[in-house]
Amino acid sequence: MEHYTMNLTLKVWRQKNKNDRGGFITYKVKDISSEMSFLEMFDVLNERLIEESEEPIAFDHDCREGICGMCSMYINGRPHGPWEGTTTCQLHMRAFKDGDTIVVEPWRANSFPVIKDLIVDRTSFDRIIQAGGFISVNTGNAVDGNSIPIEKAKADDSFAAAACIGCGACVAACKNSSAMLFVSAKVSHLALLPQGEPEKKTRVLNMIAQMDKEGFGGCTNTGACEAVCPKEISLDNIARLNQEFIGASVKTGK
Amino acid sequence: MLNSKIPAGPLENKWKNYKATCKLVNPANKRKMEIIVVGTGLAGASAAASLGELGYKVKAYCFQDSPRRAHSIAAQGGINAAKNYQNDGDSVFRLFYDTIKGGDYRSREGNVYRLAEVSASIIDQCVAQGVPFAREYGGLLSNRSFGGTQVQRTFYAAGQTGQQLLIGAYQALERQVALGNVTMYSRHEMLDLVTIDGKARGIICRNLITGELERHFGHAVLLCSGGYGNVFYLSTNAMGCNVTAAWKAHKKGAYFGNPCFTQIHPTCIPVTGDHQSKLTLMSESLRNDGRIWVPKKQGDSRKAKDIPEDERDYYLERRYPAFGNLVPRDVASRAAKERCDAGYGVGSSRQAVFLDYAAAIERYGKIEAGKQAMDHADHDTIVKMGKDVVKEKYGNLFDMYEKITGENPYEVPMRIYPAVHYTMGGLWVNYELMTNIPGLYCLGEANFSDHGANRLGASALMQGLADGYFVIPYTIGNYLADEIRTAAIPTDHPAFAETENKVKDRINSLMNIKGNRSVESFHKRLGKIMWDKCGMARNAQGLKEAVEEIRALKNEFWSDVKIPGGINELNPELDKANRVADFIELGELMCLDALDRNESCGGHFREEFQTEEGEALRQDDKYMFVSAWEYKGDNKWDLHKEELNYEVVKPSQRSYK
Repeated sequence: MEHYTMNLTLKVWRQKNKNDRGGFITYKVKDISSEMSFLEMFDVLNERLIEESEEPIAFDHDCREGICGMCSMYINGRPHGPWEGTTTCQLHMRAFKDGDTIVVEPWRANSFPVIKDLIVDRTSFDRIIQAGGFISVNTGNAVDGNSIPIEKAKADDSFAAAACIGCGACVAACKNSSAMLFVSAKVSHLALLPQGEPEKKTRVLNMIAQMDKEGFGGCTNTGACEAVCPKEISLDNIARLNQEFIGASVKTGK
Repeated sequence: MLNSKIPAGPLENKWKNYKATCKLVNPANKRKMEIIVVGTGLAGASAAASLGELGYKVKAYCFQDSPRRAHSIAAQGGINAAKNYQNDGDSVFRLFYDTIKGGDYRSREGNVYRLAEVSASIIDQCVAQGVPFAREYGGLLSNRSFGGTQVQRTFYAAGQTGQQLLIGAYQALERQVALGNVTMYSRHEMLDLVTIDGKARGIICRNLITGELERHFGHAVLLCSGGYGNVFYLSTNAMGCNVTAAWKAHKKGAYFGNPCFTQIHPTCIPVTGDHQSKLTLMSESLRNDGRIWVPKKQGDSRKAKDIPEDERDYYLERRYPAFGNLVPRDVASRAAKERCDAGYGVGSSRQAVFLDYAAAIERYGKIEAGKQAMDHADHDTIVKMGKDVVKEKYGNLFDMYEKITGENPYEVPMRIYPAVHYTMGGLWVNYELMTNIPGLYCLGEANFSDHGANRLGASALMQGLADGYFVIPYTIGNYLADEIRTAAIPTDHPAFAETENKVKDRINSLMNIKGNRSVESFHKRLGKIMWDKCGMARNAQGLKEAVEEIRALKNEFWSDVKIPGGINELNPELDKANRVADFIELGELMCLDALDRNESCGGHFREEFQTEEGEALRQDDKYMFVSAWEYKGDNKWDLHKEELNYEVVKPSQRSYK
C-alpha cells in the first residue's frame, strides 16, 4: 500500500452548548498521512487549536476500534463517512485525497440533541432498551447452557442483529429520524432466541411505545439506515419487527 | 501482614463453605442499603444488575454516554469456562491449574479456584440472558482453543464476544434501571472517594456535561473501573480508560497490588507513526489457525509470498513444540520482540512479524472439498472455499485489519507486533474483593487478584463476570449485615464537603497553570518512558532512570500544562488532564514495583533474571508474595507483603515446550 500525505479543508460544525445556534468553521490541515485514522486527523487539528489557544473540537469517541459505538460524525453528508460498514474511528485518511474539502457535522435528529460541537445526547436509546430490550432473568436462575439447543441459523441471525453498536447512524441517515433499525435489531436479537420467547409480545409493544415517546419518526422503508449502518444490520430486521408488532397488537389487543 | 481472608479447609470446599456461612441481609434491610458502583463494564454492569435484583439501592456511574460503551465491549476472542462440553478432559481443577500456571505462580489458589468453579454458571447465565454464542449445527454451544491450554474451553460469539457479553449485562442493568433499583449516572466521572471513620461512604464525581461536582453517598463503594494500560499512552485500551478512580482510592489508603504486572499482547497491528492514538488488537483466537513466522534471513525485505517455505522461521513452533502458536501471551510477545530485536522483523519499521493464514485457508478448503466430494478440486477452488470458512470464523477481525492497514489479510499475511493490553495489577483486595478500606470493593480488571503475573486469554471476561454476578452478591452481604443500623449519611457531612473542596482545588490548580504544552504531549512522553523502560523487558538501571524521568515530567506537567476551556462546561481536555496527572504518579509506582521485584515472572521480565534459553526466571524463595503498596505522600510508598501459600499446586519452572 502506497502512503501519501495531503492538505485538506475541513468545515466543522461548532456549537458551544445545546442552546447555542452553532455554525460551520473552516480549518485547513496540512501534511495529513494517509495512514492516519479520521479521528487521528482530528487529534492533529485539536493539538494545533490548543497550541493556538483556541478551544479544541469536542467529539465523542472511545474504543477507536469500531465496536463501542461512541463515535458519531456526519462526514460529507453521510454518517461515519464514505466507507461502507465502517465507523468514524475506523475510517482512514486514505479515503481522501490531497485538496479535498470535508464537511463534518453532528448527528442531526430531534431525539439526539446536540450537547457541544459534534457531541449529541443519545440517552433516548438507553430508555428504549429500558422499556423492554432485555430478557427478565435474574442472576442465578439459569439452566445449563446446553439444555436448550438453538438452531444454528437462528443463533447466527440473532447474533447478526445483536451486533448493533447503538451508535445512532441509522437515525442520523433517516429523513424521518426513525429509530426503527436500532429497535428492530434488538427485537430480532431477542425474538429469534427461545429464551426471548416469553416476553416477545410485551417487549415489542413497549419498545415501540418508548421509541414514539422519544420523538423518533416513522419508517418509510427508504433503506438509508441499512446503507450507512457500520455493522451492516439488515433491513430484514425491520420487516421482522413489523411482523412481531402486528402479531403482538392483534393478540394483546393493544 | 495482610490478611487475605481465604477461608480455611480444602480448596474445593472454600467457596462452598463461605457461601454457607457468610452473613446475610434480609430483604427489608436490603432496600435501605445504598451501593455505589463505579464503571459499567462486565464487572460493574453485572454487579450493579445483580445487586439491584437482590433489592439493594444501587447507583452506577460511567464516563461514557451510555453504560454499553465500556471497554469490555472490545474483547474479541472469548470467555473460558470449565464445562467440558468437548469431552477433552477439562474440569474445574484444570482451569484452575492452567490459570495458576499461566499466571506464573503469582496468584492466590483460593481466588483462582473460585473463579474456575463459578465459570460454568457464567455461561449458563449469559445464555439465559440471550447472549448469542456461536453454536454447532446440532444447536449446542461451540468452543475453541486459546493460549496456555490444551483443551477447548473458550466460548465465543465470532470476534465480538466481549460486545455480546457486555450487551447482556447492560440489558440486565437497564432492566434494573427501569424497575427503579438502579440509578444510572452516565457522563459522570469519580474524582475522589469519601471516607468516614475509616469506612468508604461515598464518592465525589464530576458531571462531565456541566462540570458540576456532585456528592453521592453509599453504604459501600464498588470500583469496577478497569485497568490502567493507558499509562503507556499507546495500548489496546479505549481512549478514555483510566486509573483515576482506583488511584484516588489508593491515595485515600487502599493498597495497590503488583502494579508492575502488565500484559503485553502478542498480536496487535503495528504502529504506523507519531500520529498513532491507540493500538488495535487482533484476537488471540487467530493463533488457533494462523502461523507466526519471520524470514530466516536477517533484514529480508522480500514480500511474504516471495519467501519460500524453507526460508521461513516458524519460531514459536520451533521453540515450543508442545504449545506451538498457542503459548501464553507473555511468552509469545517476548519471542516476537526477540526476533525483531535480532533483526528478523518484517514491514517497513522492521518491528513486526507475520501472522499467516495461507496454510489454514488451504486446510479448511480441502476439508470443504472433501465434504462436497470434490476430490479433484483445483487449488483456486480450494482456496476460495477455505477463505469462506476463515471468513465465517474470523471475518470481522480480517475486515478490521484491512480497514486499518489497507492490506487484504486473505491474500497477504498480517503484520503484527506486541502491544500493551491488560494490567494484572490493581487495587489489593481480599477473598471478599474488599480492599483494605472497609466498605471499598474492587472488581474486574481494576483489582489485582486472579491472574498473577500473566493473564491467560479469554479469562478477563470470565473474571469480570465472576466478580459481578457470582462473588460480590455474596461477599457484600457479609459486610452490609453489620451496617444495617447505619442510616444513609447526608451529603452535607463535613467529610463530603472537605473531599469536594479538595477536588475543586485540584481542578482549579490544573486550570490555573496556563502553561504551554498540551495534556496529550505529556501523556505521550509518559508513555514513551514507560514503554522503553518498564515495558516488555526491564532492567534495574532503566527503571531507576525512568523514576527520575517521571518525577521530572510530573513537575513539568504541574507547571506547564495547558488546558483550554472552562471548568463549568463539557471540557474533554480537563477530563484528560485529571487522568494523565494520575497516570504520571502511577507510572512512578509501577517502576518502583518493577525495580523492587528482583525476578522475572509472567509479564514482568527483568533482563537480569532469565534462563539460558531466555525464559523468565522466578525467585520463589524471595518473591513468592504479592506486593501491596501503601501511599505515604508525594513519591513515597510503603511495601506490604502478602505471602502466597501454594497448598495444592507445586510451583515449577513454567514450560510450554
